[in-house]
Amino acid sequence: MPYIPHTEADRRRMLAEIGVDSIDDLLREIPESLRLRDPLDVPSGLDEHNLFLYLFDLAAKNLSSAKLTWFLGAGLYDRYIPATVGAVISRGEFLTAYTPYQPELSQGFLQSIYEFQTMVAELYGMDVANASMYDGSTSMAEAALLACGQTGRSKIVVSQAVHPAYRQVLSTYAWASGHRVAEVAAPAGDTTDFSAVDGEAACLIVQYPNFFGIIEDLAAARAAATEAGALLIVVADPIAMGLLPPPGQFGADIVVGEGQPIGVAMGFGGPLVGLFACRQDLIRRLPGRIVGRTHDHQGRPGFTMTLRTREQDIRREKATSNICTNEALMALAATVYLIAVGKNGLRSVAESTVRNTQYAIRALTSAGGRVRFERRVFGEFVLDLPKPAVQVRDALIEQGIMAGLPLGDTYPGLENSLLVALTETRSRAQIDDYGRKLAEVLN
Amino acid sequence: MIVKTVPTPSLIFEKSSPGRIGCNLPVADTPEVDLETVLGPIRQSLDLPEVAELDLLRHFTNLSHINYGIETGFYPLGSCTMKYNPKINERTAGLTGFTHIHPMQPAATVPGALEVLAQVQDILCEVTGFDAISLQPLAGAHGELTCLMLIKAFHESRGEGESRRVVLVPDSAHGTNPASAALVGYTVKSVPTNAEGNTDIDALKGLLNRDVAAIMLTNPSTLGLFEPNIEEICRLVHERGAQIFCDGANMNAMVGTTRPGDHGFDCMHLNLHKTFSTPHGGGGPGCGAIGVKRHLEPFLPVPVVRRSDGGIVLDEQRPLSIGKVAAFFGQFLMEVRALTYLMAFGREGLPEISRHAVLNANYVKARLREVLPAAHDRPCMHECVLTAERYKKQNGVRALDISKRLIDYGFHPPTNYFPLIVPEAFMIEPTETESKDTLDAFCDALIAICAEASDDPELLKNAPTTQIVGRLDEAAAVKNLDVRWRPPAKPEVEAV
Repeated sequence: MPYIPHTEADRRRMLAEIGVDSIDDLLREIPESLRLRDPLDVPSGLDEHNLFLYLFDLAAKNLSSAKLTWFLGAGLYDRYIPATVGAVISRGEFLTAYTPYQPELSQGFLQSIYEFQTMVAELYGMDVANASMYDGSTSMAEAALLACGQTGRSKIVVSQAVHPAYRQVLSTYAWASGHRVAEVAAPAGDTTDFSAVDGEAACLIVQYPNFFGIIEDLAAARAAATEAGALLIVVADPIAMGLLPPPGQFGADIVVGEGQPIGVAMGFGGPLVGLFACRQDLIRRLPGRIVGRTHDHQGRPGFTMTLRTREQDIRREKATSNICTNEALMALAATVYLIAVGKNGLRSVAESTVRNTQYAIRALTSAGGRVRFERRVFGEFVLDLPKPAVQVRDALIEQGIMAGLPLGDTYPGLENSLLVALTETRSRAQIDDYGRKLAEVLN
Repeated sequence: MIVKTVPTPSLIFEKSSPGRIGCNLPVADTPEVDLETVLGPIRQSLDLPEVAELDLLRHFTNLSHINYGIETGFYPLGSCTMKYNPKINERTAGLTGFTHIHPMQPAATVPGALEVLAQVQDILCEVTGFDAISLQPLAGAHGELTCLMLIKAFHESRGEGESRRVVLVPDSAHGTNPASAALVGYTVKSVPTNAEGNTDIDALKGLLNRDVAAIMLTNPSTLGLFEPNIEEICRLVHERGAQIFCDGANMNAMVGTTRPGDHGFDCMHLNLHKTFSTPHGGGGPGCGAIGVKRHLEPFLPVPVVRRSDGGIVLDEQRPLSIGKVAAFFGQFLMEVRALTYLMAFGREGLPEISRHAVLNANYVKARLREVLPAAHDRPCMHECVLTAERYKKQNGVRALDISKRLIDYGFHPPTNYFPLIVPEAFMIEPTETESKDTLDAFCDALIAICAEASDDPELLKNAPTTQIVGRLDEAAAVKNLDVRWRPPAKPEVEAV
């Protein structure tokens, strides 16, 4: 096995140095009754060529966005990832590094994290950001726990126009930590009912644009949260920040989000990267790692992890979170992405998304669909169909189109509704084709 | 000794010039729209850098030159299992049929992806001896947290949720253990380690009351020692109606040699990014599968991926489930890498992982016995914990100083000051992928440094001197908190 470099002579000399006859002698610490006697019941090893062929075949069985024309989003998007992203994150010095606990050997990664923190804070219009979380859903749950800790309150108010899977994760975290979740309905697509945001509420959570693609009224959400003395937590799409005023401009206390759209593959949902930004005065409650700029004893500038007394390896049960490993490599991908596109590129990607979305709305409504919510949308919209959306989606897969997400499973009553997403990678011809084929399926 | 001569890299923001761009991006060919009409108010300013593509690459290539990875050199970090990350894993995980699929597309369109998940689960069940695996947790600490949630749900299902409020954690445990327990609202109590480095059974008996929900035990322990009384400990815990969780950080010592499920544990977490070679990526992504015995299976996060007569199903209909701990199926592309790795070794190869990991750790321990004695003098498993206490007593040289000097010799330092119960601890985990030659060079360096510790202690206290920076002022980093760049203030126009 090439991953294990020992020769028979090496083993002999090493055992002699240790003073035992065999590796089995070293394993005697394990009680005899617990040592495996029979080989594991798993297949025999494969050589590299056959291993690749085996996985190649498995990959080939999946219908990917390289095979179908893609209109499925719902939080993860088929966006273009610049070639530089892969080139940077596959460098061994980054890919195979550990957490930068030894700053003298980790200045490269630490500086990139500092750059990441700067750009995430800028995107969201916030004071500070951390070095990343696992994904958007756990970022949101940790933000809610932060709000409970900060306010001393236990009620988490969340709009039903927030991603259903995020709300499921939130309710698991809340149950485990003894907090309660109050969901507020959004029957017209946007969040307008703030009655649950009362004196017991630790926070109000809204998504921007929300799960249905609608641009929420953050000023109204801010006002409701302020009146109740609750924190405002916004889950925001980083690409939309190329055109929409950032949540920080409305006075959000915490902004979290899924960083997949900025340089990370959909990858069947993992690895992703959670973004987490907040007001300066909440920084000591932040979960996860933070990199700061300082200097060495000769006055040379350098970077190091800082505010470490928030973290589990120092504070144990009193830490602000149990998070240890984060998504550093995906955060590096996002860093490269944001630099590659820059301020004009992010705006261009956002604008292309908006143009394609407006065009798709016209094409798909002409084909027999109807826009469900008459609200401002960014890159996604809910299309009502005269037939069950699952049926339409499945029929269109046969025609080479991944039409979107049927909403009936997560929103009872919306069985005929399809959430359709557009990105900068769709073309007019592809959207026209979707319209034609949708019309055929509906007739 | 390699002296880094690269200049301090400037921040990317300082390389920005208006009008540059680093990628030829796709632009929509659909009609233009009036953005304010469609969206309402538009963002006025967005301060992202503007650099050309080559300058972007040079920036990161230069940063990579001042960063250390496994491919740079030996990385003997105890508890972290910094083994070689095979390149074939990157190739398989990069296949478009894996990278360009969406977790919310219909299951029928991703049979290959579901097969990956099911196969990783099947192999991990066999390797760990548990009945079921969930791949949903996103990192090791997330896996611990999930296991504690399962345990909470289990006790609640038996009407003991309110009464069992304590989680026992050995004094040698990772910080994530108590932090995870606290997140689930448990009170943490510490279990002492005895003089031999094992769990103090008498103390444990005293702590095991009816208010204990669970004990979190790392086996082999963070001292790198196999817990010889593990079967008795599991029996005692179960007699009192509590559950026992295995922290799987040290699974590399056990692959193909012994199985935690057979030891009596109820559940465990695995770090696929340690044991099964998925790259650490500078601090993540981790990948934290969990294994459970049959009685905890009903509580697993949804969806449960399982084989049935009609193929692999995503089972959402599980009334006792704790719900979701992450939005989707876990770190899927990491599972692809782990599967590639597991299948490369296969039945005959897997035991060689733990056997050579144990051989390497004992070899390092033997070679260093004169200069850095082991905290406990008995065969270790995949890592050894040594103490540098004598140098501290001798002339104030600390374990950290020795570690920093190792950097000047071209090595990444081992883990220091952990576990907390060993004074001036050195925790060295070589892993099975390091050759005798590398281990010899490393041990020679440490032996030389220990001589320097007696002869010229200042050399150690001022180390490292070969890198772009020396030891950083961490107190200043906290006091003058600077966690983001801001553009330099424009010079103010003086009032006339």
